[in-house]
Amino acid sequence: MLLASTLTTNLAILVLAGFIGFVVISKVPNTLHTPLMSGTNAIHGIVLLGGLLIVGLSGNGAFNKVILVIAIVFGTINVVGGFLVTDRMLEMFKTKPKAGGDKAGEEKKP
Amino acid sequence: MNATPLATSFLQSSSFLDVLYIIAFALFIQGLRGLSGPTTAVRGNRIAAVGMTIAVIATLLNSGEGNWGLIVLGVALGTAVGVPAARQVKMTAMPQMVALFNGVGGGAVFLISWSEFRLSDGYQGTATYIAIFSLFAAIVGSVSFWGSNIAFGKLQEIIPGRPISLGSAQQIVNLLLLILAVAAAVDIASGSHSEAIFIGMLVCAALLGNAVVFPIGGADMPVVISMLNAFTGLSAAATGIALNNPALIVAGMIVGASGSILTNLMAVAMNRSIPAIVAGGFGGGGAVEGASGAGEHAGTVRSTSAADAAIQLAYANRVMIVPGYGMAVAQAQHAVRELTKELEKRGVEVGFAIHPVAGRMPGHMNVLLAEADVPYDQLEEMEEANQEFGRTDVSLVIGANDVTNPAAKNTPSSPIYGMPILEVSNSHSVIVIKRSMNPGFAGIENELYYEPETTMLFGDAKSAVNEITAELAQL
Repeated sequence: MLLASTLTTNLAILVLAGFIGFVVISKVPNTLHTPLMSGTNAIHGIVLLGGLLIVGLSGNGAFNKVILVIAIVFGTINVVGGFLVTDRMLEMFKTKPKAGGDKAGEEKKP
Repeated sequence: MNATPLATSFLQSSSFLDVLYIIAFALFIQGLRGLSGPTTAVRGNRIAAVGMTIAVIATLLNSGEGNWGLIVLGVALGTAVGVPAARQVKMTAMPQMVALFNGVGGGAVFLISWSEFRLSDGYQGTATYIAIFSLFAAIVGSVSFWGSNIAFGKLQEIIPGRPISLGSAQQIVNLLLLILAVAAAVDIASGSHSEAIFIGMLVCAALLGNAVVFPIGGADMPVVISMLNAFTGLSAAATGIALNNPALIVAGMIVGASGSILTNLMAVAMNRSIPAIVAGGFGGGGAVEGASGAGEHAGTVRSTSAADAAIQLAYANRVMIVPGYGMAVAQAQHAVRELTKELEKRGVEVGFAIHPVAGRMPGHMNVLLAEADVPYDQLEEMEEANQEFGRTDVSLVIGANDVTNPAAKNTPSSPIYGMPILEVSNSHSVIVIKRSMNPGFAGIENELYYEPETTMLFGDAKSAVNEITAELAQL
C-alpha cells in the first residue's frame, strides 16, 4: 500500500522510467543495436505478469481462461525466447579476441 | 508452500511484493546499462533475466490459490515453443525472430486487456483512468501484434517484401481505422459495457496494424521493427498502470523509450521522417516514377569474373567490404570471413563498412559478422568508413544496394535523395556482387553500377565469394 496506490504515483513512475530509459539506452553503440532490441524485446514480455495476476482472480469464465492461457503462452514465448536468443547473440560478440587473429573464437566452436 | 498463516500473509503482503518488484526493475535497469558495451552485454542480459524471474516469482506468490494448472499449462507451452525457436534460429533470420517475439508480446497485452474488460463486465466498478489505460493497451497491443506478424511474414518471404498499398487512399484508410478504434474506446470508457464494441475496437486496431505494415518495403524494416518494439513496450506500461503493477510500468516504459530512440536513429540514418515511413513505402507512386526514369540510364555495365576479381583484390593494399542484406540472404558471412583471412595472409588490409540501416534490423550486419568471428576493430561505422574510401583500392560490395547509391547525393529527384550513404565510389575501384541487375527493395536503379570504376560480379553472394577465395588460393 506504500507504493503505487494511486494514479499520480503510477504516472510519476511512468515518467521517471521513461527518462531513465532514454539516458541508459542513448549510449549503446551501433554494433549492439540488434542484441539491444532483442533484449528489450524480452523485457516487455513482462506483460506475462498481467496474465498471471488475472488468471488467479476468481470469476473467470471458461472463455476468459482460454484467453488468459493464450496470453500466458504468448508472454512466456516472449520472455524465454527473447532472453535466450539475446544471450546466444551476445555470446558471439564475446568470443571476439582483442588482437592476434581469431584462434580463441575457433577453439570455442564445437 | 507449507507455511504458517503469518508467514503466508507476510509473503503475500503488498509491501513485500512491491519490494520484490522494485528489485526486479532495478535489475532491468542495471541489465540494460550492461547492454551498452560489448564486454558487459552478456552479463547485462542475464541480470535482466534474473530480474524477470524475480518479478514472475513475486507475482506467483500473490496469485493466491486456484488456477495453478492453467499457469503451468501456459508457461509450459510457451517454453516449449520459445526455447527451440530461440536455440535453432539462424542469425540471418534474426529480424523475423525478433518481430515474432515482439508480436506475441503485443498479443499478450491485448488479450489481457480483453480479459480485464470481460472480468469486470465492461469496466464496471473500476476507475475511469484504469479503463482508459487498459483500452490504450488493447489498441496498441493489437496494432503491434498484427503489425509484427506482417513484418515477420515479409521477412520470412511468406508475404512479398515489396510495398503493398492502396495507393493514395492508404493514409485515409489508416486514419479512418484509427478514428474508429479511438471512438470505440471513448464509448467504452464513457460507460458503454458492450463487448461487441470492444471487439470492434480490437478488429479496427488489427486492421490498422496490417494497413500500416503492408505498404512498408523491406528496406524500411529496421525502422518498423524498432517502432513496433516501442509500441509493445508502451502498451505493457499502460497495462501496468491498469493493473497497478510498478514492475510492468517501469519495464514497459524503458522498452518504450529505448525503442523510440532506436526508431529515431534508424529514421535519421535514412534521412526520412518516421511519419513518412509509416505513411507508406518509399513514397508509393513516387518510387515507381523514379525507377522508370532511371531505367533509361545511358551508361554501360561491365561484368567481371571471379578470377579477375581475385587478382584485383590480391594486389590491393586496402580492401573495404560493404555488406548488405544480400549477404544475409545468401548466408555468406562465413564465406566472407574466409575471404578476408585469405586476403590478410597476403598482407592486404581489410575493413568492413557498416551502414546503420544495412540489412533488415538495426545492427543486423554486426550480428552476422560477429557470428563469423570477424574482429571488432575491422568494423567501421559510416562516418569513419567514408573517410577511408579515399585511400581504399578496392571496395567489395556484397549484396548492399540502396545504402551505396550515389543518387542519394547527386539526384534531387530520387526518392532516397538526402539519405547518408557509404561513398564507395570514392575508392579506386568497386566490385559489386549481386544476383542480377534488379533494383533493390526501394525499386531504385543504382547509378553506382554504371560508373567507370565499377565492375559487376553476378551471382549468389556465397558462391561468388567462395569462388573468389578459391581463385585467390591458386594465385
